[in-house]
Amino acid sequence: MTESLPATSPHTGAPDGARPAASAQWTEQGNGWLLGIGGEWRGHGAALPAAPGALVQGEVRFDTTALGSWDVALASSLWQRLSALTRPPVTIDLQGLPEGLREILSMALTETPAATAPRREPDRITRVGASTQAWWDDGRRSLTLVGEVVLSVGRLLRGKSGMRWSDLAWQVEQTGPRSLPIVALVSFLVGLIVAYMGAAQLQRFGAQNFIADLVTVGVVREVAALLVGIVLAGRVGAAFAAQIGSMRANEEVDALTTLGVNPVDFLVLPRVLALLIVGPMLTAFAAVVGMGVGWLVAVGLYGVTPLEYVYASAQALTLPHVLIGLLKGTVYAVLVALAGCLQGMSAGRSAQAVGDATTAAVVQAIVWMVVAASVLTVVFQQLDW
Amino acid sequence: MTAPLIRVQDVTMAFGDHVVQRDLTFDVLPGEVLAIAGGSGCGKSTLLRHLIGLQAPAAGQVLHGTQDLYTADANTLGVLRQGFGVAFQAGALWSSMTVGENVMLPMQLFTDRDAQACEQDARFKLALVGLGGSFEAEPAQLSGGMRKRAAIARALALDPPLLFLDEPSAGLDPLSSAHLDDLIRHLRDDLGTAVVMVSHELGSLFALADRILFLDAQTKTMTALGPPDELLHRGPPGVRAFLRRGATESETEAA
Repeated sequence: MTESLPATSPHTGAPDGARPAASAQWTEQGNGWLLGIGGEWRGHGAALPAAPGALVQGEVRFDTTALGSWDVALASSLWQRLSALTRPPVTIDLQGLPEGLREILSMALTETPAATAPRREPDRITRVGASTQAWWDDGRRSLTLVGEVVLSVGRLLRGKSGMRWSDLAWQVEQTGPRSLPIVALVSFLVGLIVAYMGAAQLQRFGAQNFIADLVTVGVVREVAALLVGIVLAGRVGAAFAAQIGSMRANEEVDALTTLGVNPVDFLVLPRVLALLIVGPMLTAFAAVVGMGVGWLVAVGLYGVTPLEYVYASAQALTLPHVLIGLLKGTVYAVLVALAGCLQGMSAGRSAQAVGDATTAAVVQAIVWMVVAASVLTVVFQQLDW
Repeated sequence: MTAPLIRVQDVTMAFGDHVVQRDLTFDVLPGEVLAIAGGSGCGKSTLLRHLIGLQAPAAGQVLHGTQDLYTADANTLGVLRQGFGVAFQAGALWSSMTVGENVMLPMQLFTDRDAQACEQDARFKLALVGLGGSFEAEPAQLSGGMRKRAAIARALALDPPLLFLDEPSAGLDPLSSAHLDDLIRHLRDDLGTAVVMVSHELGSLFALADRILFLDAQTKTMTALGPPDELLHRGPPGVRAFLRRGATESETEAA
């Protein structure tokens, strides 16, 4: 680092002639060092020259007789130079500084203990270890929450739960009826796509009479559940994470704990139960809308007679399809609730952390849903249902 | 001497490897106001979290009566928890309920009183803290100071013999602050409620505290425990400086 300033003659070379340029230089003097500062420093913004390497002991004094004006930038750069020196055997005598500068510096130079120990940058292996550990902890937390919810359901069944039924009713209302418009819209459009694309392919083989089978089985068994899950993840899972996360940030969860109310009973259980109730209902609703759209497309665009379509639909709609669809919708909805609550409960205590938890809740819910969808599909295929 | 409400024995508080305070040993006596004081970041609020069962000590014991708070079984813990009320620093009112419901919830959960009686009592507790008109309000509608006071009303819901207050008067205007000091004094003198409060408001410390416990961030342990007047004159230099607001430190040391 080199700080070279016009260090020799403070009173020459002033750019505007009237104002002497800022200058500073270290000179060795007897048993110590003298820092001479001169000229106009106000608004100068220049850095002071670094302390000479030979300065390891003795007294540091100041000569500011030639100093015109100064501002806080000079105080800042003085502090940068001096704070590294303020330990024995170096002593600093601030007497040579102008009064204001002296007082500001002596306040800043008063040693304050560091709030935390300086952090060392971890090396690569440590980072790999730490992220593995974090991943493992994450998994454990998820499992722990599932376990706690199960215990909480047990307490509810024994009538010893802190859950308030009014909270459950409120959550059902928030997550159920208020999700109907968006579920209807998404289901309508997705049903339209399935029917339209399917019919276009089937028509090539003159098989448009099978549109009913395709739409009914596809929508009821798979599509309705998945789109309900996705709508809930965005609409409800994110809200759960934000609600619980901000309650944690605001010590509201601590307030419940100190009262002796289990936060899982009070916050998580009503949300999980609400989606357990609402999930299959929304799935059924989405399936009905999807089938209706299939009927519209088949009858309106592909000349299938209305009753023929209804008959084919009824033939295709067997009980296993209905049950599997509803089961999937329920599983996805519960996963959304668990992901939202889990992220909320493990959120940090800042606004940023609550925002992160909201995002993580949606991502985690969708990942869990896709995994669950794969597992369930394989299982039901193997069982030949 | 009466048995202490809380006995803290050789407690070390730590986050992982980072020790906050060590070797804390003190009692909380019935009917006293014990203030926890010290510089910023010395672990006052962390100590409070240890006392109310939110964070287990790294070493040592926190006994409520004769029962260790962190090894008690669920039923005992439930009984212990109803023996104290807590008002958190920012209030921590449950934001999905009205202020009145916040105060009523502990009553509904832990007493057999009917709805009418709970509401009457909750209105009384709110009136005590000067919030009689805010029963129907949402917590978000209250100012910061009003939330603090509502939190104290909620902490009083079950009429506990012991209250924990985290910086009750910080950020309050002088009149509200004085009102709160009065309230705490009445709780102690007239109802015999013991109060443990984190505070560094010198006014409140001198007006209220029977004893002050000083924590020090540098030595990481308690440096003094005693009545404010005694500490002011005979406490360690740092404590005397704190109590005199640091302005007359040199004079104090010369004395």
